[in-house]
Amino acid sequence: MKIRAQIGMVLNLDKCIGCHTCSVTCKNVWTSRQGVEYAWFNNVETKPGIGYPVDWENQKKWNGGWVSKNGKLQPKIGGKFRLLAKIFANPDLPEIDDYYEPFTFNYAHLQNAPEMPTPPVARPHSMITGEIMDKPEWGPNWEEILGGEFKKRAKDYNFKNIEKEIYGQFENTFMMYLPRLCEHCLNPTCVASCPSGAIYKREEDGIVLIDQDKCRGWRMCVSACPYKKIYYNWQSGKSEKCTFCYPRIESGEPTVCSETCVGRIRSLGVILYDADKIEEMASMSDEKDLYEAQLKIFLDPNDEAIQAQAKKDGVPDSWIEAAKNSPVYKMAIDWKVAFPLHPEYRTLPMVWYIPPLSPIQNAVEKGVISRQGPIPNVEELRIPIRYLANMLTAGDDKPVIFALKRMIAMRNFMRAKRVDNIILTETLDEVGLTENMVDDMYRIMALAAHEDRFVVPTNHKEYAGDTPFDNEIAFETRSSCGFSFGNGCSEGSTTATLFGGKTRANTMNGNIS
Amino acid sequence: MNTFLEQFFFGYYPYIAMTIFIAGSALRYDRDQYTWKADSSQLLRKKGILLGSNLFHLGIIVLFFGHFVGLLTPEWAYHPFMSAGTKQIIAISAGGIFGTMCLIGLLILLNRRLFDKRISKTSKFGDTFILLFLLVQLLLGLLTIPYSAQHLDGSSMIALANWAQHVATFRTGAVDFIVAEAWVFKLHLVLGITLFVIFPFTRLVHIWSVPVQYLTRTNYQIVRKR
Repeated sequence: MKIRAQIGMVLNLDKCIGCHTCSVTCKNVWTSRQGVEYAWFNNVETKPGIGYPVDWENQKKWNGGWVSKNGKLQPKIGGKFRLLAKIFANPDLPEIDDYYEPFTFNYAHLQNAPEMPTPPVARPHSMITGEIMDKPEWGPNWEEILGGEFKKRAKDYNFKNIEKEIYGQFENTFMMYLPRLCEHCLNPTCVASCPSGAIYKREEDGIVLIDQDKCRGWRMCVSACPYKKIYYNWQSGKSEKCTFCYPRIESGEPTVCSETCVGRIRSLGVILYDADKIEEMASMSDEKDLYEAQLKIFLDPNDEAIQAQAKKDGVPDSWIEAAKNSPVYKMAIDWKVAFPLHPEYRTLPMVWYIPPLSPIQNAVEKGVISRQGPIPNVEELRIPIRYLANMLTAGDDKPVIFALKRMIAMRNFMRAKRVDNIILTETLDEVGLTENMVDDMYRIMALAAHEDRFVVPTNHKEYAGDTPFDNEIAFETRSSCGFSFGNGCSEGSTTATLFGGKTRANTMNGNIS
Repeated sequence: MNTFLEQFFFGYYPYIAMTIFIAGSALRYDRDQYTWKADSSQLLRKKGILLGSNLFHLGIIVLFFGHFVGLLTPEWAYHPFMSAGTKQIIAISAGGIFGTMCLIGLLILLNRRLFDKRISKTSKFGDTFILLFLLVQLLLGLLTIPYSAQHLDGSSMIALANWAQHVATFRTGAVDFIVAEAWVFKLHLVLGITLFVIFPFTRLVHIWSVPVQYLTRTNYQIVRKR
């Protein structure tokens, strides 16, 4: 057993209002630079829809993730030789139009236009060529609130094994939001496919990062990531990805997307896992076993034997303490209401999702949904269970039904308790909850105070050396430069460079060049 | 005057070039590794990449190793197996086939680089320059074929190889092997040496980073400690 700790995230889709605050704050912090105008480390998609980049979930098209060949894992884009054979031209690489051609509007024209018979119009300009674009064709949020025709959106991969035609009818339509970011997987294909070895997982907190100096731009990671959450910066020639806001995490702060979430849907917490089990659990032959298999990798932080082993493996005390209070552990493992996104990709993702309930109370009262006993039949919810299962459990309905029932039970119980002042224990019995558990669920999932959502211990860099407090490590980076690109502190003060500088000015300021 | 130029380009210039090549690469690797990359533009335009880039790279890699082995293998090493004439025939046909492959690929890439707005607008000077440079060099290389076909005894080839081996082993008198050769060989050589001069300042540095170590990586996953 080799215990490591990871900061995981849970997104409660039941509370997501699709406001895109996470995307916008993330964009402002991380991708407001030339070369990554098109990149959204965090984006929110309306489902059903094919998403951004187009049809990203369809690995028959993009070849992301892993395949299990005779029980041995191999990236779907190919083993080592086949992967290197694609290095000159990568047939699995999305083109920028699959994301969208980034654009800005010529706002200055509105003020500078001469007198003309019609009012002046700010036309879209490409941020790549600087030229006028006919019209934007796609974007990170093109299908917002079910925009576009059903026929196109129905290509959504999650409709697998579903008679989807009826969901195109107005009366039966359904929708949900899916905020997406890098999953910081336990078994990341991007890391495995990087020929330069520039992508790595951090031992101390599980964050997956790209070493910008070591990246040579072979762009295999872009194809290998089944979530398409690695973006090729066409200006710098390097790949970039969500950093899980590691400078914030290191100092005990939540990521920007989590901090700014107005719906309080995001939680962050420590999960202890057994690194030795990763390969075995990711190679399960039946896709439907992968969700349960991933749960087996996680370890109970309240078990004293686990705590002792974790300590021996170098997990700091404060992290073990945080693991005990981890909202992520509770939702994903204790209560089993949160699920990994597409476990069938075999990457063992560490950003988990609580499935959304459809508007249910009204439906029950109107008799649209029947009920046997205190809990309504979740199978009759507006969002088809199979759709959620295709997204979260590789098509296994049971865990999703169980989670939804627990959430409804929590609602019923708390409603009865708060509104009618009665304790409805039979509601809880059916889904195996106790009153204490429900109180805890209510506190963390419904109230979701800042300190309950985010249990992030600070990073202990000073303990990384040979001695308990290593002066060398603690002070060597003191007063040195902080976050920078390229050549550390000495980026130079002239724009001319011997080794080839930038070709384009930053167009994110709206200036057209 | 002519002899001075010959002495300079075939006697001294190779050493100047190799110095810039090695020192420049080392300096760039050490000081500005963020700029060290393959600089693919496939994301912006896929069209032409599959055919163009594959043809170009496959061609140029074979050409590079062909030149390397062909020029630096001493006569005594291949004589037991083949005559100089046979070796020349092999060199001409391999060079012709892969040179043409490379040329077709390069023209596809150059067309894309010059006339596709997305690519041309985002190109650095070096990106276009290196393609044009390689085009000229490639054409010169292909043009040597009719010249060497005029004497199939391998004499030109042996002269050039002798020059290369003398330069590589720091022996005097390297220039004497070259003087009598045709102008096209000389020009091809000067441009070839110049390629090493511009190497550290262009995207060519990605050649240093051929990811062969990927094949020997025992574990797929990489975990870094603090």
